[in-house]
Amino acid sequence: MARKILIVDDEPNIVISLEFLMKKEGFEVAVAGDGEDALAKAASFCPDLILLDVMMPKKSGFEVCEALRADPARAGLLIVMLTAKGRDTEVAKGLALGADAYVTKPFSTKDLLAKVKDMLAR
Amino acid sequence: MKAKHRFILAVVVLGLLMTGPFVVTSMLVWLDMKDAEREMLTGLLLSRLPVGTMMTIFGFAIGVVVLHKLFKQYVEGLLRMAETLRLMLSANRNFRVTAEGPPEVQQLARAANDLAQQRDALMDDVEAQIAKAKASVEEEKNRLAALMSELAQAVVVCNLDGRILLYNNRARLQFKALAQGPTSVSGGALIGLGRSIFSILEKNQVQHAQEVMRQRLSAGKTALANFITTTRGGQLLRIQMVPVLGAPGEGEAAMSGYVLTVENITRSIEQEAHRDQLLHTMTEGSRSALGNIRAAVTNLIDYPDMEPELRERFLRVIEEEVAKRSHSVDQTMAQFSDSMKTRWPLEDILGIDVIAAAQRRIEDKLKLPIKTEEMDDALWIKADSFSLVFALVFLASRLQDHYEPRELRFRLTSEGKLAYLDLIWAGPAMSSETFYTWEMESMQVAGETSPLTLRDVIDRHGGEIWYQREKAAHRAYFRFVLPVAVPEVSHDEERARGNGRPEYYDFDLFNFEDKSIDLDRKLSELTYTVFDTETTGLEPSNGDEIIQIGAARIVNNRLLRQEVFDQLVDPECPLKPESIPIHGITEDMVRGQPNIDVVLPAFHEFCEDTVLIAHNAAFDMRFLQLKEERTGIRFSQPVLDTLLLSAVVHPNQESHKLDVILERLGIHIDSRHNALEDSLATAEVFLKMVPLLEEKGIVTVRQALEASEKTYFARVKY
Repeated sequence: MARKILIVDDEPNIVISLEFLMKKEGFEVAVAGDGEDALAKAASFCPDLILLDVMMPKKSGFEVCEALRADPARAGLLIVMLTAKGRDTEVAKGLALGADAYVTKPFSTKDLLAKVKDMLAR
Repeated sequence: MKAKHRFILAVVVLGLLMTGPFVVTSMLVWLDMKDAEREMLTGLLLSRLPVGTMMTIFGFAIGVVVLHKLFKQYVEGLLRMAETLRLMLSANRNFRVTAEGPPEVQQLARAANDLAQQRDALMDDVEAQIAKAKASVEEEKNRLAALMSELAQAVVVCNLDGRILLYNNRARLQFKALAQGPTSVSGGALIGLGRSIFSILEKNQVQHAQEVMRQRLSAGKTALANFITTTRGGQLLRIQMVPVLGAPGEGEAAMSGYVLTVENITRSIEQEAHRDQLLHTMTEGSRSALGNIRAAVTNLIDYPDMEPELRERFLRVIEEEVAKRSHSVDQTMAQFSDSMKTRWPLEDILGIDVIAAAQRRIEDKLKLPIKTEEMDDALWIKADSFSLVFALVFLASRLQDHYEPRELRFRLTSEGKLAYLDLIWAGPAMSSETFYTWEMESMQVAGETSPLTLRDVIDRHGGEIWYQREKAAHRAYFRFVLPVAVPEVSHDEERARGNGRPEYYDFDLFNFEDKSIDLDRKLSELTYTVFDTETTGLEPSNGDEIIQIGAARIVNNRLLRQEVFDQLVDPECPLKPESIPIHGITEDMVRGQPNIDVVLPAFHEFCEDTVLIAHNAAFDMRFLQLKEERTGIRFSQPVLDTLLLSAVVHPNQESHKLDVILERLGIHIDSRHNALEDSLATAEVFLKMVPLLEEKGIVTVRQALEASEKTYFARVKY
């Protein structure tokens, strides 16, 4: 059965690429455009992994991450944070809030894909 | 006993001595005799009595003469000498005792004179030394003050109470720029000799820094404290504080005050923040766009066989993101162009000054005549004038070597934020290669070399240079493009006012502690605000209004011409035409000025903690008092009136008008009937009166107030 990935980003220009790529790689994909939508989709779609942007309207990626991690029912959910903020402090914050990986834009889609596959295989 | 009485006593004693023994002997013999003998003796004596008496009187007279002579010479002579000696002691040092009288007295006189001589020599020596020491201290003070006043940093010296003893012009300008609210009306009211620094800086912070310095001092470390503070207006100041150590007494030198170096870092912090923001937009801002592009590009490459519709969408993503990015780069450049310039320290300088300097050097070094054409003499540029002048001379010398022009010309124009400095010559066209080599070679002129190239100099200025021909005129020019500077406010007005050394310091304040007004303090020790008002008329209760307030400060018996208050006031009613010739203030001058509601609080702050002085103060005070209700501002400090004080000092003079007093006291004033000029004149009068009052036994403010009240003029009421 195909693994499910939720892509959360408010920028359609990156969503289109990620969605295309993940679908091509055989994942089942859902997209959310903001933080609140992300939490709703996380509940309804039950993804195995979330690609989560930090800078978003309504709820930031950090908040979404915190909310998801507060729910023990979703302990196995993998979270990869995507962000345009490359500062060490923010990386540390993301990881501290429970993200499994932290990827800084611009990233190589190949590396991202490898990372996603690796994490799901573990 | 007086000398005269003693003389009379001596005469009596002499009389007794001459007659006494004879009379007593006669009495004894008489008592011893029998009656017959007594009768015989009486007969013998009576007939010869006149001779005996004559002899006795004669002897007595001679005795008295001798006694008198002795008395004159020894007693009175010595008394006289004692008086002259007293005179020499106090009033007239050069007086000498005349050697007269008997030799012993003369010797005494000579000895006294010799002693006096010796004393004079000693005193002269001491006085000379004191004068010398004083002069050198004064000179040092002046030198220090002069040095301080020209420093580019803002420096303020305070005593431990936070009273300002010295400040320089930079500090004055800096704090003037900071002044917020009512104090900005006349400016500079915040800073002043004897004023408290705590009106500008946070008291707690200063005291904390003081404590830090004290601890460092006692720990034997370099005493220094730094802090950053915000002013009431939200400006950021970086303060460096070092202690002023008193003369070392017993043990270690104690702190008697401190020096504050003040730097307004608001702008540099803003610039830094600006730079940060720039850096941020250039890095973080690019991340997501690049991410989007990169992902799209990778997909296009990795999946060449995707549907055309999808391919189209990915291409559009790239196009869109690249366009956004280009736009953002343009915007950033426009917004941050100033911050992106090199950090070479450039000064603001008048363009014509640079040209004048270059002209002088070219004519001097190259013997090449220079003319000027269109010159914008008000154009300020940002430049490192040394390297810029060097570059101009270098180009002139290159031109001279290659084209031998008969003369060169300068032109200075501007367009928006750019200044054009043109170096013009008549001659053939030059190749761009030649100019390129000139641009890139190390500059050399008449034996002087610079490590810089022309290009370096241009880059330092964030400028440009190019070569251009004016074909019609058969000539060419190099055009330097330089950034235009907005010059700082010039300080001519302040320079003009106080001729000579500025009164920005008063070291005597080091020992000046409590400054609150104590009526029993000496007149010469207090701080005064001497003020004058110009008004629309003479009847304050009949609607006349203040149109100008001028004031100056007296601190430590010195008139501070730099610390003045000078403000026109909009009376909000028409001026009376007949009064205009008196004060010279016209309708145009007062319209648009702040009204009394704004000016009075500022003036009140200017007067804080001082005794007020005015000529005919009752008149001016009446105007101020009538505004009390409206503005809620009360002038409750003591007021001295030079008119009344003049009546105290010269009770027999008829007139106590300011002009008359000025003439009487020998004070020359250039112009009058301007509130500031009049208050300065009044201040001079007061300073001259202080010693005259002292002669009358009026030393304290209380005494001056009491004496004023008793004069006739005090009874005139407005």
